[in-house]
Amino acid sequence: MTPPARTSAAGIPRALPQYGALVAVLLANWLLFPDFFTIRLQDGRLFGSLIDVLNRGAPVALLAIGMTMVIATRGVDLSVGAVMAISGAVAATMTGAGWGLAPVLATSLAAGLLCGLWNGLLVAVLRIQPIIATLILMVAGRGIAQLITEGQIVTFTSPGLAAVGSGSVLTVPMPVAITVAVLAVTGLLVRRTALGLMIEAVGVNRLSSAGAGVNTPVVLVAVYAWCGLCAAVAGLIVTADIRGADANNAGLWLELDAILAVVVGGTSLLGGRFGLVLSLVGALIIQAMNTGILLSGFKPEFNLIVKAVVLMIVLLLQSPALTLFLPRPGSPRSGSPHPRTPRPAEPPVKSGSVKSGGVKSGGIKPGAGA
Amino acid sequence: MIQRFLPLIVTSAVLVVGFLLCAAQFPNFASLRVVGNLLTDNAFLGITAVGMTFVILSGGIDLSVGAVIGFTTVLLAVLIEQAGWHPAAAFAAALAVSTGFGAAMGLVIHVFRMPPFIVTLAGMFIARGMGFVLTTDSIPVNHPLYGVLNDVALRFDGGGRLSLPAMLMLAVFALAVVLAHWTRFGANLYALGGNRQSAELMGVPVGRTTVLVYALSGGLAGLAGIVFSLYTGAGYSLAATGVELDTITAVVIGGTQLTGGYGYVAGTFVGVLIQGLIQTYITFDGSLSSWWTKIVIGALLFIFILLQKGLLAVWTGRGGETAEA
Amino acid sequence: MTAPSPDASPPLLAIRGLSKAFLGVQALDGVDFTLHHGEVHALLGENGAGKSTLIKTLTGVYQRDAGLVALEGREIAPRSVDEAQRLHIGTVFQEVNLLPNLSVAENLFLGRQPTRFGFVDRRAMNRRARAVLVPYGLAIDVTAPLGRFSVATQQIIAIARAVDMSAKVLILDEPTASLDAQEVAVLFTVMRTLKARGIGIVFVTHFLDQVYAVCDRITVLRNGRLVGERRTAELPRLDLVAMMLGRELEEAAHRIELGPAGGDDRAPLARFRGYGKARSVEPFDLDIRPGEVVGLAGLLGSGRTETARLVFGMDRADRGEATVDGRPVRLRDPRTAIRLGFGFCPEDRKKEGIVGELSVRENIILALQARQGWLKPLPRRRQEEIADRFIRLLDIRTPDAERPIQLLSGGNQQKALLARWLATEPRLLILDEPTRGIDVGAHAEIIRLIERLCADGMALLVVSSELEEIAAYSRRVVVLRDRRHVAELRGEEVTVERIVAAIAAEPGAKEPGAKEPGATAPGATAPGGAPR
Repeated sequence: MTPPARTSAAGIPRALPQYGALVAVLLANWLLFPDFFTIRLQDGRLFGSLIDVLNRGAPVALLAIGMTMVIATRGVDLSVGAVMAISGAVAATMTGAGWGLAPVLATSLAAGLLCGLWNGLLVAVLRIQPIIATLILMVAGRGIAQLITEGQIVTFTSPGLAAVGSGSVLTVPMPVAITVAVLAVTGLLVRRTALGLMIEAVGVNRLSSAGAGVNTPVVLVAVYAWCGLCAAVAGLIVTADIRGADANNAGLWLELDAILAVVVGGTSLLGGRFGLVLSLVGALIIQAMNTGILLSGFKPEFNLIVKAVVLMIVLLLQSPALTLFLPRPGSPRSGSPHPRTPRPAEPPVKSGSVKSGGVKSGGIKPGAGA
Repeated sequence: MIQRFLPLIVTSAVLVVGFLLCAAQFPNFASLRVVGNLLTDNAFLGITAVGMTFVILSGGIDLSVGAVIGFTTVLLAVLIEQAGWHPAAAFAAALAVSTGFGAAMGLVIHVFRMPPFIVTLAGMFIARGMGFVLTTDSIPVNHPLYGVLNDVALRFDGGGRLSLPAMLMLAVFALAVVLAHWTRFGANLYALGGNRQSAELMGVPVGRTTVLVYALSGGLAGLAGIVFSLYTGAGYSLAATGVELDTITAVVIGGTQLTGGYGYVAGTFVGVLIQGLIQTYITFDGSLSSWWTKIVIGALLFIFILLQKGLLAVWTGRGGETAEA
Repeated sequence: MTAPSPDASPPLLAIRGLSKAFLGVQALDGVDFTLHHGEVHALLGENGAGKSTLIKTLTGVYQRDAGLVALEGREIAPRSVDEAQRLHIGTVFQEVNLLPNLSVAENLFLGRQPTRFGFVDRRAMNRRARAVLVPYGLAIDVTAPLGRFSVATQQIIAIARAVDMSAKVLILDEPTASLDAQEVAVLFTVMRTLKARGIGIVFVTHFLDQVYAVCDRITVLRNGRLVGERRTAELPRLDLVAMMLGRELEEAAHRIELGPAGGDDRAPLARFRGYGKARSVEPFDLDIRPGEVVGLAGLLGSGRTETARLVFGMDRADRGEATVDGRPVRLRDPRTAIRLGFGFCPEDRKKEGIVGELSVRENIILALQARQGWLKPLPRRRQEEIADRFIRLLDIRTPDAERPIQLLSGGNQQKALLARWLATEPRLLILDEPTRGIDVGAHAEIIRLIERLCADGMALLVVSSELEEIAAYSRRVVVLRDRRHVAELRGEEVTVERIVAAIAAEPGAKEPGAKEPGATAPGATAPGGAPR
């Protein structure tokens, strides 16, 4: 599921900082609130603070899944919050108009997919910088959502749709189950096929990838479309949970949380190697911190500041400027068994006086074995 | 020659045509009163957009401006109403804090070579968070000076007035044009936006310029916060949500390349006015809902980005496309 | 080992015992270098020799670990390019280091604009800019953005800037890399003028004929050490190459046995008729048959790279027809070409070839995987097999297949790129400057590989500036000039002399300047071809 090299030179799992941080935050919560890990089964559904963290973290986790791949292609999708609002608006409005669950789900997911396709086309075909391309939908998207709800907060009572937000599957809350399912599908899509490699290749060097025959526009469009779909799922969950669509506030600022989760998960904003599970861990860290701040009695207003501080710390740790001062055994992001070293001007692999060995005349049969 | 000013010309033409269309539809539209209100209503946006123009010209972006405006209004309200400061002292403090905040972000961006996008995003969190921590309520400011300042205006025949915020905005734009085109700092900004590495090799003080430009953007956002506080007469930590998007939009519509290095401050002024015009039109029409503003602005953004792409292709003279499959 | 100074006065620039290491790799080890007033001094060496480290240490990009740098007898230690410039050391880097978005005048005066009352006096600046450019014969609109002008003009503006900032030492780091012959001639004129004014010029280049055309003295580095300093007039070309390579030259490049005439009878694999693209290459006819190497020769900018890119679909042709196996095809993009069995190693490896952060394995299997489509992933074990096989076969020097390719040396990156295409079993392999910027050992290996692949029945289309090299392995050579295919040499006609003659054929069209006969290239030396 994760890229090839899972361990650094010292044999330390390269995801150690992420898992370590998650454990630390959870332990801190436990210290503040001894019942933190207590889980109860009630009415066929699990309850407890830990479950709550998972449940509340689901929308951001879903966004993070899509965002991870977008960021891996060296892009970013600022419109996911607006797309959540659109899919929520579609679902609530259609349900209010008396449509059944299946067409409602299908239409709002399709709306998200369409938004993603639009972003993807702008980035891949019109070659607009991702941050700007998705800015358009970020600005216009909430207007579109308001257009759909006609500026109202649309509420509904359909138990079917509500179950998407508050139901459960095999005792697991529905949002958590959906997130796990989306993660599994996404993981299969990118790691059981060659899509993951293509995404990373495009993210590292779009020109080279195109030259090697990678269908870069298709990879980019697919990634943004998938991100839109994930956002639509997140929008559905939020709408189903509050049984209503608020075009103004649904998913507001969640794009930032999603980006934060991806960055905390160790995927570089410069594209390339990515880890889906780690982004999810990132999302959980963020949610667990939110919960912890609440539990500790701090005002929830501190949340934003704490998030900002975490973001800065993670970025500082990844900053190439810092690596110059503190050479570490394994960079958390390079995914290579070799420390990322500042590159000297001349290639470190010296090759001046080479034994002129060369290709032994045994003949290269280009096809041999291939 | 004309090529270089083409984006500016197109933007201005859009503004003029838009205004004429509005005037044709609503007889009262073409009046000094409407123009005066247009300037006043968009003064805080215009002031912020100047800072954003500089940041974008230098190849960066500042997502924290809306949050800084919100924080400034809260800070002013708290200092004036709760701590009993004189507004002038509070203004000075707000400007100092916002400028320092911007400078700190610039420092982080430069020293740690982090993407401006993400640093200012964190800045946005911090500024909003600090506002929340001060208070989550909306605090009205009742100091008499606010009333006095709000009455300062140049009055014209026909009910038109050029308010203090509008005058401030015009002054900021005028100074900004001078700064951009007739100072070494301005040239350094363009240089930085053109190519950071080359600029550094040519002796541009990259670090100082980066810190200064974000300090400038922060300071102008603080000034916009003061204007916003005067305009609304209250401090609210959720004030000016999404203003960062509006300002970026104004800058792009004004013809500045989001990748940096190309663009004009004057264009941003036109961009702000176009946005204001759309809003005014929707108010005048009465039957159109407010969300059309967002959709139309999104559409304009799209059109202008396409236009820029086309122009850049013409500029660099590479008409032929590379088939990067 | 310093050559005796021509006079007693202190040299303009004296470097003694300069050392610089990066993370344990000794990039410079006790290097001496001396530059006198009014001389052009070539700084030569293969990749990894330490040239650019020396320059960067001299210009303040890096700080030296040990050693002494003295300018006119005074010790200096600049900490930035800016400071070096103030100390009278001006540098023009390979990639033009000016700003395309600023006007010519702003580029000339950035950071030292004339001011009035604290504000930039643009009129005075433009006036002075025009004056500064007069000695260089440039009468251009100084208010226009720099990006509008050709690379050559930009180079000269960069030189003008450096000189105007009172440079006594001017460092030119591969300024001719992307200039055509005429532009090189203009540049040389400028260099000679500056030399006459007493400025010392350090000239870094890969073109040996340019060294002989303009340099007074030569310093050669190898593996971070000084090999020696010589007067150009006293150093025969072969000796120079030997100094650079650090060993006696290998046997003259051998000509491979061409099959008994048969080649031309075979049906062409790919056939182009009237193929071309506006502002890129004039329409051309080209046939490529299995088992032959077709060389594309010409000066830089003659349209040879553009031809290669059209054939691979990197750029789209806007006229003419292409057929492969007799069937008409539209080469819209690289993917189409790859499906037809084409492969392409671009000139700019870093930008268009390697995917730096990915491993050697992933880079090798990328094209094969892309052709199979994302739905049919190559199993990991299969990927490893392929990677390991080519690492062995091509002798790619890497600790293992999982090393990010960006950490390999240029030559090994090039071999990995070749492996990427060989893994797809291509029928036509297009190589653009396959031996540029790589070390000698790898150079020879790649040439042998080309010959071997050809013998195995693959068709190759090779672009190269190294004429001896092209002449050695090509069955046919297409010569280009001014974006036009001007001649096709075949069989016995394929000699360096004929190629050069074809390039220079049209009277007055081009000075042979950049590539005159005997432009000896490392690794592919043909002593017979060097008239000196």
